[in-house]
Amino acid sequence: MSEHHDSHHDDHGPEKGIMRWIKTTNHKDLGTLYLWFAFIMFFIGGVMSLIIRLELFSPGLQWVNPEFFNSMTTMHALIMIFGGVMPAFTGLANWMVPMMVGASDLALPRVNNWGFWILPFAFTLLLSTLFMGGGAPASGWTMYPPLVLQTGDAFPFMIFAIHLMGISSITGAINVIVTILNMRAPGMTLLKMPLFVWSWLITAYLLIATMPVLAGAVTMLLTDKYFGTSFFTAAGGGDPVMYQHIFWFFGHPEVYILILPAFGIVSTIIPTFARKTLFGYDSMVYAMASIAFLSFIVWAHHMFTVGMPLAGELFFMFATMLIAVPTGVKVFNWVATMWRGSMTFETPMLFALGFVFLFTIGGFSGLMLAIAPADFQYHDSYFVVAHFHYVLVPGAVFSIIAGMYYWMPKWTGHMYHEGLGKLHFWLSAIAINLTFFPQHFAGLAGMPRRIPDYAVQFTDWNVISSIGAFFFFIAQFIMAYNWIVNCVMRKGAPATARVWEGAHGLEWTVPSPAPYHTFETPPVISESEITAVHDEPAAAPSRA
Amino acid sequence: MSADKQRSPRQRVWHLARLGGLVLGMFAFGYALVPLYGLVCDITGLNGKTDGIQLQDSVAEAPDQDRVVRVEFLTTVNNSLDWGFGAETNAIEVHPGKLYTVNFFAENRTAQDYITQATPSVVPWNAARYVRKTECFCFSQQTLDAGEYKQMPVRFMLDPALPPEVTTVTLSYTLFDATGLAQAAQ
Ligand code: HEM
Ligand SMILES: [Cu+2]
Repeated sequence: MSEHHDSHHDDHGPEKGIMRWIKTTNHKDLGTLYLWFAFIMFFIGGVMSLIIRLELFSPGLQWVNPEFFNSMTTMHALIMIFGGVMPAFTGLANWMVPMMVGASDLALPRVNNWGFWILPFAFTLLLSTLFMGGGAPASGWTMYPPLVLQTGDAFPFMIFAIHLMGISSITGAINVIVTILNMRAPGMTLLKMPLFVWSWLITAYLLIATMPVLAGAVTMLLTDKYFGTSFFTAAGGGDPVMYQHIFWFFGHPEVYILILPAFGIVSTIIPTFARKTLFGYDSMVYAMASIAFLSFIVWAHHMFTVGMPLAGELFFMFATMLIAVPTGVKVFNWVATMWRGSMTFETPMLFALGFVFLFTIGGFSGLMLAIAPADFQYHDSYFVVAHFHYVLVPGAVFSIIAGMYYWMPKWTGHMYHEGLGKLHFWLSAIAINLTFFPQHFAGLAGMPRRIPDYAVQFTDWNVISSIGAFFFFIAQFIMAYNWIVNCVMRKGAPATARVWEGAHGLEWTVPSPAPYHTFETPPVISESEITAVHDEPAAAPSRA
Repeated sequence: MSADKQRSPRQRVWHLARLGGLVLGMFAFGYALVPLYGLVCDITGLNGKTDGIQLQDSVAEAPDQDRVVRVEFLTTVNNSLDWGFGAETNAIEVHPGKLYTVNFFAENRTAQDYITQATPSVVPWNAARYVRKTECFCFSQQTLDAGEYKQMPVRFMLDPALPPEVTTVTLSYTLFDATGLAQAAQ
C-alpha cells in the first residue's frame, strides 16, 4: 500500500514550498489562491477609494491633481470589479462547487491553474500604468471614446489587461459549466443542486456570452487608436454612441455576474441559520434564470440621455423594471425562509441579513434610475454612485464576506472569533451606510460623479461620506486579523465536520479541515442531504 | 464512475467544443453589432444620420409653395484647433421640394496643412431621412492648407414627404481633423 502512495504522491498531499502554488491543479489550492488574490486587490482598490474620498473631503483641490483623481476612479472600479469581486467569486466556486456536487475536482484542472495565473500578469500590466507617461487610464471604467482614445502610453496596457482578465474569466466559466453538467454525484439532478451551484452555472453562461463582446469592443478601440479603423471615430464615419451600445450589451449582464453568485451564497446561508429549508427553491432557480435572460435586453438604461427615440426609451424602461419582479421574488423567498424559523445570528447570518436589507435599498434606487424621464436628472450624478455601491458593497462584497465566515471553518478546521466577527459586522454595516447613503442626497442635489471638486453646498454630505469610507476601511482589519490569526494560523477553536448545526449539503459530510482530496469516488447522497437543500415536499405534511 | 450523471470523456470534449464555439460566436457577434447598428440607423434615420445619398444635379423639383420650413445651420470645430468654420447665414426659410444653396466656409489659421472631414447630423431625428443633398463638402474629405480660406456650397432640398409636424430642421456639421485617418488609408 505504501509504495503505491509514494508513486502517486500528488494523490495525497500537496507539494512543499512555492512550487506547490505555481504548479497546483487542485481546486482547493486554486480557490485559496483566487481568494488571496482578490483580498490583495480589494486592499489596493480600497486604498484608491480612500484617495478619492480624501480629495472629496472638502471642496476645492487639496491633495491630488484632477487627472490623477480621474485615474483613481477608473482604476478603483476596474480593480474592484475584475480583480476583487470576480476572482473572489471564482475562488469560492473553486472551493465549493466540486465539494457541493460531489466531484473530486473541476473538470479541467490544468486550465484552472492557467486561468488563475493569468490574473497576476493582467493586474501587473494594469497597475504598471500608474507609472507611465500620461498617467494611468482616466476615462472611467466604461472607457468611452473619444475620451479614452486620449489615454497616453497606458492605453494598450489597459486593453491587453482587459483581454487577459476576459480569458481568465472565460476559462473559469467553462470549467464550472463542464464540472456542473458532467461531474455531479449520482442522484443529484439539476433541480437538486445547491443554489450556490445553480447561481454559478447561470453566471458562467453570462460570462461566456458577454466577456467576448467586451473583448471585441476594446479591440475596436485598440484598432481605432493605432490602426486607422473608424469604428467609433466620427471623422471616419464611425459613431461613439455605438461603443456605448456594445459596451453596455456586455456591461449590464456584467452587473448580474457580480450579483448572481451573491444570491447563491445568501440562499445557502439563510436556511442554515433559520434552520428551515429554503422557501421556494424552484422559483429561486427560475428567478435567476429570468434575471439572466432579461439582463440582455435592458442595456440601454445606461444610455437614456444619448438621444434615443421615445419607443426605445419606453422599451428599455419597462424591460428594466421587469427585472425587479424576479428580484422581488428572491427577496420575498429569503424573508419567507426566515419566517417562523428558529433563527440564530452568527456572523455569516448577520452579513447575509445585511445583504438582504441593503441590497434591496440598491434595488429601489435602481428602479428610480430605470424611470427614463427621471434618469435625465439622476444620470452621471452621485445618485448613480450611491445606487451601484449599495448593490455592490453591502450586496456583492457582503455576500463574499458572509461566505468566507461561513465556509472558512470547513477549509481551515478552525473557527473565527464570534465576538470579533459580530463587531466587524456592526462596524461595517454602520460605516457603509455612512459612506453611501449621503451620496443619494448629494446626487439628487446635483453633484456630478467623477469630479474632484464640487460646489460648497455639497460639503456636508461629502464629509460624512469620507468619514464613513475611512471607518469602513479600518473596520476590515478586524476581519483580516480574525481570519488570519484564528483560521489561517489555526489559533481558533477546532471546527466540527458539520460546523453549523443547521448546515446541509455534501460539503459538510467531509471532515474539517477538508482533506486535500475529497470525493475521489462519487458519494452516495442521502435523502436527508437532498431534501435539506430542496423544499420539494414529496411527502411533506401539509401545514394545517 | 458508474454514475448516470457522469458523462463519458467524449461527451465532455464535445461539450467543451460547444462552449468554445459559443465564446468565438459571441466575439464575432460583438463585431456583427457594428453593421447591425448601421443598418438600424439607416432604416430608421435614428441618430440624425442622413441617408448619405448624393442626388443628381438634375433632380426634379416640385416645390410645395404652401409649406414653409425653417432650416437652421449649426457648425462645430471638433479639435480645439485654430480653425474658422461657419455658414453664411444662421437659418433660412424653405419650401419642401425646392433646391437651395447655402455657402459654408472653413478657414485654417494655423501654419500647418490639414485634411478635414465634416460629419452631418439632423435634428429632429424623424426629419433626417428627408434631407436631400446634391452637393455637400461632407461627402468627402477636404484639404485645408495652412492659411487657406475655403468656400463650400451645400445644395439641398427637403423632401415634400417630410412629416407635417416638423416645422424646424437643424442641420449640424462637425469639422474633424482627418489628417491621420487619410494618411492611414494610403
Ligand atoms: C432592480 C435592479 C436594478 C435596476 C432596476 C438597476 C437600474 C440601473 C440603471 C437605470 C442604471 C443607470 C443609471 C444612470 O447611469 O443614469 C444603473 C447603473 C448601474 N447599476 Fe444598476 N440596477 C439594478 C441592479 C443592479 C445590480 C444588481 C448591480 C450590480 C451588482 C447594479 C450595478 C450598477 C452599476 C455598476 C451601474 C453604473 C454603471 C456606470 O455607469 O458606471 N445594478 N442601474
Ligand atoms: Cu444596467
